[in-house]
Amino acid sequence: MKRFPRGGRRLLLLLFALGAARPVFAQSSDALFLAALGELRGATYADKEQIVERLSASGHASTRQVLTAFLEDRLYVRSQDQNIFIAKPGDDEQAPLSLVDPVSLKDAGSAPRDGMEKIGTNNRLRRVLRTTVARFGLSNPDPAIRLDAAREMLKSLDEANVAVLRERIGAETDAGVRKEIETGLALAALDGTDQQARLDAVRTLSRRSSSDVRNRLASLLEKSPEGTFIESDERVRKAAASAVSSIDSTRSFYAAIETLFFGLSLGSVLVLVAIGLAITFGVMGVINMAHGELMMLGAYTTYVVQTAMPGHIGASIAVAIPTAFLVAAAMGILIERTIIRFLYGRPLETLLATFGVSLILQQLVRSVFSALNRSVETPAWMSGTLQFNEALSLTYNRLYIVLFTLIVFGLLLLVLKRTRLGLDIRAVSQNREMARAMGIRSDWVDAMTFGLGSGIAGVAGVALSQLTNVGPNLGQSYIIDSFMVVVFGGVGNLWGALIGGMSMGIVNKLLEPYSGAVLAKIFVLVALILFIQRRPQGLFPQTGRAAETR
Amino acid sequence: MFSDRGGTVLLAILVATGVGAAVLNLAVPPSSALHVSTYVLTLVGKYLCYAMLAMAVDLIWGYCGILSLGHAAFFSLGGYAMGMYLMRQIGPRGVYGDPLLPDFMVFLNWKSLPWFWLGFNHFWFAAFMMAAVPALLALVFGWLAFRSRVTGVYLSIMTQALSYALMLAFFRNDMGFGGNNGFTDFKDILGFDLHADSTRVVLLLVTCLALAATYVACRKIVDSRAGRVMASIRDAESRTRFLGYRVESYKLWVFVFSAAVAGIAGALYVPQVGIINPGEFAPINSIEVVIWVAVGGRGTLYGAAAGAILVNYAKTFFTSALPEVWLYALGALFVLVTLFLPRGLTGLMDGLGRAHERAGQDLISREADG
Repeated sequence: MKRFPRGGRRLLLLLFALGAARPVFAQSSDALFLAALGELRGATYADKEQIVERLSASGHASTRQVLTAFLEDRLYVRSQDQNIFIAKPGDDEQAPLSLVDPVSLKDAGSAPRDGMEKIGTNNRLRRVLRTTVARFGLSNPDPAIRLDAAREMLKSLDEANVAVLRERIGAETDAGVRKEIETGLALAALDGTDQQARLDAVRTLSRRSSSDVRNRLASLLEKSPEGTFIESDERVRKAAASAVSSIDSTRSFYAAIETLFFGLSLGSVLVLVAIGLAITFGVMGVINMAHGELMMLGAYTTYVVQTAMPGHIGASIAVAIPTAFLVAAAMGILIERTIIRFLYGRPLETLLATFGVSLILQQLVRSVFSALNRSVETPAWMSGTLQFNEALSLTYNRLYIVLFTLIVFGLLLLVLKRTRLGLDIRAVSQNREMARAMGIRSDWVDAMTFGLGSGIAGVAGVALSQLTNVGPNLGQSYIIDSFMVVVFGGVGNLWGALIGGMSMGIVNKLLEPYSGAVLAKIFVLVALILFIQRRPQGLFPQTGRAAETR
Repeated sequence: MFSDRGGTVLLAILVATGVGAAVLNLAVPPSSALHVSTYVLTLVGKYLCYAMLAMAVDLIWGYCGILSLGHAAFFSLGGYAMGMYLMRQIGPRGVYGDPLLPDFMVFLNWKSLPWFWLGFNHFWFAAFMMAAVPALLALVFGWLAFRSRVTGVYLSIMTQALSYALMLAFFRNDMGFGGNNGFTDFKDILGFDLHADSTRVVLLLVTCLALAATYVACRKIVDSRAGRVMASIRDAESRTRFLGYRVESYKLWVFVFSAAVAGIAGALYVPQVGIINPGEFAPINSIEVVIWVAVGGRGTLYGAAAGAILVNYAKTFFTSALPEVWLYALGALFVLVTLFLPRGLTGLMDGLGRAHERAGQDLISREADG
């Protein structure tokens, strides 16, 4: 405190007295800014132009927001105290305006429309404003804002915007923003008359992949109703034709990548719902019709965990995964101990009994949670898209499901190949009597194996809760798919399930554009039925306990 | 032929049901306590159709070891064939009044009848298709599956996938089968009003007859030489093959026959309940049929019919009286029957009645897993 000059200290005291705790220098710049803003009241359009220039020269942090609001007719004077406010954008013409303080950009309550007077603009003023705002955006230190500003300008390429772009291109350092600016300049040059510049522009544009650019180039190739080309210059037409075809091939390449990715993500879901079954059906030879209901339990566990810890959606998923594993595994072990152990070697009987279990579990969920679907929230980091370029963007939730499946698959493989339990499971599945003779408690291993498969079903349920509605019928809709994956991949083979599920997903998505989603699914099912006739043992046949009992 | 007690009882009950229903519904006045309402008539007709379906499943599962989880699909296909005939019978009495096109086609802006609808205005053609379409599907599927020796669990899963694929297909509006609404609002059959009591009674009588005929035909089959080969396929498929029997042919033909029976059952079911929609294809329906057979006792034929009627009666009772409890009860029934009554209720009755005579003639003691 001691180092403050006398006047500053007095001002500080004054500020405390006023109840405002702002730094001194900001205060003075705020005051200047507010003063300039205040002059807008009742100024002529010519004066307003000058004021806008002064505002933009002030360097105040909220200049851009104020000018944007001014451009969009959202700058108001409050009649009662002549203060200036920004109104938040809104569609409702009748609702009261919600106000924002132009200096601090904090909410300043709301006011009825008739108490507010709009600060008017005319065409000339709006042009000045638009250029100023764009220039502000383009000179922002944050490249992301510059990119947005450049993209925004591409949508309305008028003279003023083009001038700004031309001004900024030399100073721009970020490659992405530079590319957008070049695109804008090239699009503008196309409308000009300089032949060489137009040819250069077409060449620049041929390296872009957005659909807007493609359509602009394609319009150069259109014919008028009389049959003559609208574009008179033949060289430009030729260049445009080759540019369009190059853009098209780029775009179809990215479209293929996207389809592949969609296929992989669908395949991941299939693999995820099937690998638990690959254990129970594949390794143990038990047809577990309650597998879908174990997934449903996992999904409901996610819901319960999320309800128990509101406000921590992201963390709740992390808690839900092990919880769902334990809940489903416990249920699985219960089913194994009470029912399935009496039915080993009789797979058709396990089908009927576990189907009964699935009905009971469904009704249990209906009794506890009601028959209505429960909504499970998606954490913020799972929504949104990963944008590679104009033609390719991948949604995060699909990306995560692929990753999640691979992780679960990897862990399961690790358990089976590297742990004592995995060794026991494989031993019992290959030769039960010999394993027992070696001192392995085979019925304990049975229970653990079934628990492991069920637990993975529960984990799959956590993933499904993020993708579909969580309701009593969640499991039923996946049970046939999961059996098909296991049978297709080869019973008792985890890698088969992975490859089978992924290829089913990809084929499904490849067919979808031609046939629609439902027909694609029907085709895949029929193709699988035919495939099994050719190779009844699936893609990767294997021997084991399941093979013996068959 | 009627040396089996269960079969005789079943046929006697069928005759009694047919005659009783006709008399009690038509001759006894509604005011009387003995009057049987049309609702009950429809319900009984429905159960008998289910019984026929269950018998079809029992023939292949109980006697040949083929567990089909696609019989609801054959049932529905037969139902759809009947539904198409009934739709054509509506004629210009539909909501849109189109003389040729059913309402849903007018709604979809279709201009002409698709080719596969041609001929369904004739009853004889529709009647042929009711059995032929399911039989043809069973022939193609069975020929592919049995030839490449897809058996046991695999066959069950394949049949389930087949009926699932059919369900998805029939849900599509473009298929020309009314999409998810299916067919309903039927008016009359062979010129008789479907809502008239007398028509209902006749339909019930026809169903009784069909069930009796199915029982006799199935009994003939299982008592014949082919029936004994079927049983040996069930008990030891490889051994039967090594003895020189063409296992695939036996399986294929009995599968086709069973599908045709299921189709006819479906065809009789539709005019009585008055609606057919793709929900009938649902895999769960096929599994339920299997459970009727298991509850009644497989490998007896009459047991399958008894199981179908009993479980469905319980379902009607529970879903109206205690809807919460029904799925628990059905689920528990599945589990308990599989664990404790591998031979079903008939097995239990046999066990109680003739425990001392049973030794030596136990055909079903070996499991039919193949």
